[in-house]
Amino acid sequence: MFLNRKYVPVLVTLGLLAAMFAAGSLRYTGFFSMQVLYNLLIDNSFLLITAVGMTFVILSGGIDLSVGSVIALTTMVCASLVEQNGWPPAVVIPMVLAMGSLFGALMGAIIHYFRIQPFIVTLAGMFLARGLCYVISIDTITIADPFYTRVAQTKISLPGGFVSINVLIALVVVLLAVYLAHYTRFGRKVYAIGGSEHSSLLMGLPVARTKILVYTLSGFCSSLAGVVFTFYMLSGYGLHAMGLELDTIAAVVIGGTLLTGGVGFIAGTFLGVLIQGVIQTIISFEGTLSSWWTKIVIGLLLFVFILFQRVLSERRISIKS
Amino acid sequence: MTVPSPILQMTGITKAFPGVKALSNVDFRLFPGEVHALMGENGAGKSTLIKVLTGVYSIDEGKVTMEDKTISVSGPLEAQKVGISTVYQEVNLCPNLTVAENIFIGREPCKLGRIQWRRMNAEAEELLKERLNLSIDVAHPLQSYSVAIQQLVAIARALSISAKVLILDEPTSSLDQNEVKQMFAIMRKLKSEGLAILFVTHFLDQVYEMSDRLTVLRNGELEGEYLAAELPRFELVLKMIGKELKLLEELPKLSTEFKEEAGNKMITASGLGRKGAIAPFDLAIRKGEVVGLAGLLGSGRTELARLLFGADRPDEGTLTVETTGQTVKSPRHAIDQRIAFCSENRKTEGIIDDLTVRENIILALQATKGWFRPIPRKKQDEIAERYIRMLNIHPGNSEHLIKNLSGGNQQKVLLARWLLTEPELLILDEPTRGIDVGAKAEIQKLVLSLAKQGMAVLFISSEMEEVIRVSDRVAVLRDRRKVKELGGGQLTQQHIMEAMAGG
Repeated sequence: MFLNRKYVPVLVTLGLLAAMFAAGSLRYTGFFSMQVLYNLLIDNSFLLITAVGMTFVILSGGIDLSVGSVIALTTMVCASLVEQNGWPPAVVIPMVLAMGSLFGALMGAIIHYFRIQPFIVTLAGMFLARGLCYVISIDTITIADPFYTRVAQTKISLPGGFVSINVLIALVVVLLAVYLAHYTRFGRKVYAIGGSEHSSLLMGLPVARTKILVYTLSGFCSSLAGVVFTFYMLSGYGLHAMGLELDTIAAVVIGGTLLTGGVGFIAGTFLGVLIQGVIQTIISFEGTLSSWWTKIVIGLLLFVFILFQRVLSERRISIKS
Repeated sequence: MTVPSPILQMTGITKAFPGVKALSNVDFRLFPGEVHALMGENGAGKSTLIKVLTGVYSIDEGKVTMEDKTISVSGPLEAQKVGISTVYQEVNLCPNLTVAENIFIGREPCKLGRIQWRRMNAEAEELLKERLNLSIDVAHPLQSYSVAIQQLVAIARALSISAKVLILDEPTSSLDQNEVKQMFAIMRKLKSEGLAILFVTHFLDQVYEMSDRLTVLRNGELEGEYLAAELPRFELVLKMIGKELKLLEELPKLSTEFKEEAGNKMITASGLGRKGAIAPFDLAIRKGEVVGLAGLLGSGRTELARLLFGADRPDEGTLTVETTGQTVKSPRHAIDQRIAFCSENRKTEGIIDDLTVRENIILALQATKGWFRPIPRKKQDEIAERYIRMLNIHPGNSEHLIKNLSGGNQQKVLLARWLLTEPELLILDEPTRGIDVGAKAEIQKLVLSLAKQGMAVLFISSEMEEVIRVSDRVAVLRDRRKVKELGGGQLTQQHIMEAMAGG
């Protein structure tokens, strides 16, 4: 019974996703197909990867607002080095991943050692990374490198359709994250710190190291999402992934992770990303609605989920006392 | 009892904070296989001693040896490593993790970096069953269990990191009777296994039920170490409060003779109680009468007062305000029925530092009127002047900021604030704490003159002389229970102390 309650938010999200997909299928011809499902993944693989990193941050009781800007910076650095300086992608890609991780680690260290709110530190990181994009160039840099175009065009056939390499990368990230969260000491420490940082300290857990690692992981995920984004868009641009941090947080929360930390699942985040994708798909099938309707629906959904979580956690408290 | 040598020994411990010497030259020792109770009233230095032992505070002077080796503990983690574990009243675990994880987190059984959940759960289950006689599903989150179980899990964690000294800080204060029994059974079992247990509690009954040895602290100094079997309760209370038996002479009484026929009843509580706060009690306060509440720290004095004021909701029993025939549902409702409550935390719940004396005085009156009907400034000045004169507040300037007044005068301002609402029942919780002797006497006199005018007063104080001096009757509390009501000729320190010690 308790185990069931633990999964309730995720099950609700899963039910919602199924209901939305069913509603779309009934209303629009051509909606019910494997390829529409695959497209959800193709169009949202970068969001999925970012959201995985964000899930760890939120589980630890923090927040990371810099993710969208780190994606943009990664696309800029990739495009500039590959296109304008002729560096091989095999050097550039590991380099940008290291850069993103370091960026995250620095923010984590500042948050922990100077005891500053994660919100404000990562907000500063967001402006900084976004600003650095324009130092490189204020225009779009199109990527025509053969490696990039080949990756972008590769289609992996699956029953009923195809997916891109990006989707594979994203799915591997999700699986690794599930393992990390549930089967390693690091993952459990993240949950512990989110549950009670004070208690974690008293229990002798390495709070500092874990917190810094969490932001490092988020930085790594953002830069990997940036790499995936270059495969998807074949360009680098300072305006890429504007406001993506908020979409990411929305996906994590809709996936059932508590913003107060300590409770949530990577699987929930996966479903949260898919729900955002389904909403976009439905609105594009509708045809007459502007894409801003996506925001309206996501906004409403967020309200509902936050209220739902409040009700759940209050019931938990009343059972406790 | 054959006791070889102490496992832990603290000698000459001194710890000072700016302006206060919290511990001075205190010795303390713990023996394996013994429960040792640390006793003392508020400010005696109990919690400082524990914090020194667990490394939360550093030691100014003195040394700590564990198994004949000098140790210096610099934090909770360090303390755990040398074998000192603490279980606090507010359990310091992660409520969102499972029971098994809370026991093992940071030390989970791993194979190639992969946590072996099945093995961890099995080990946790075995540990709880073997050492603590507890069979629960260890895969459930900790928060789904009661505080009692959570404390046992905390003990299990301590045991699993091979603790030799277990500090239990108020472990029973939020447990019900059955849970307390369960906890005691476990403490006995652990004791027989050779663990040294340091037990802190306010409940005297529990001290005598569980402990082999007692250390009494008073005002940061060691009063003495005794075997529980050799120290009668009554003497323990004397030592905690700091009185010699021969000094217990009659004090000049300020209050008039015991008024059996005193005015009509003001408030009646019958069978009123709240789980975990105070056992059901009967109490009636009449108009023109001062009723004192006596009891050791943690005996339930404030809890009783909060029930009367409607600040906490009772689980059972009835409370009737005789003048209105109604019960008390909330503090607001209490104020409407002319009940006033001067809380013991003058600093945090009472005065507002940056307002003037006048503003502090009219606060409660203004609140009852509603903030949209301000009291005219001229009237405010009149009121302030009147009360400053009546209560003899120094300095007599109503525009002084209250933070610049002495403690006693702040207390008077607070009193003025409530008197202004013209209460018929005035509850005073520690009205004289931290103020000088002269001011104390003035407040005591004031209480008596208010009673003479027909006000009912409930007077709470840890200073027994004071309670006796002003009260017509005294209700004595022990271990969250009203044990006795004394009046007239019975109202002596000797009688009250006996009731407080009980047994």
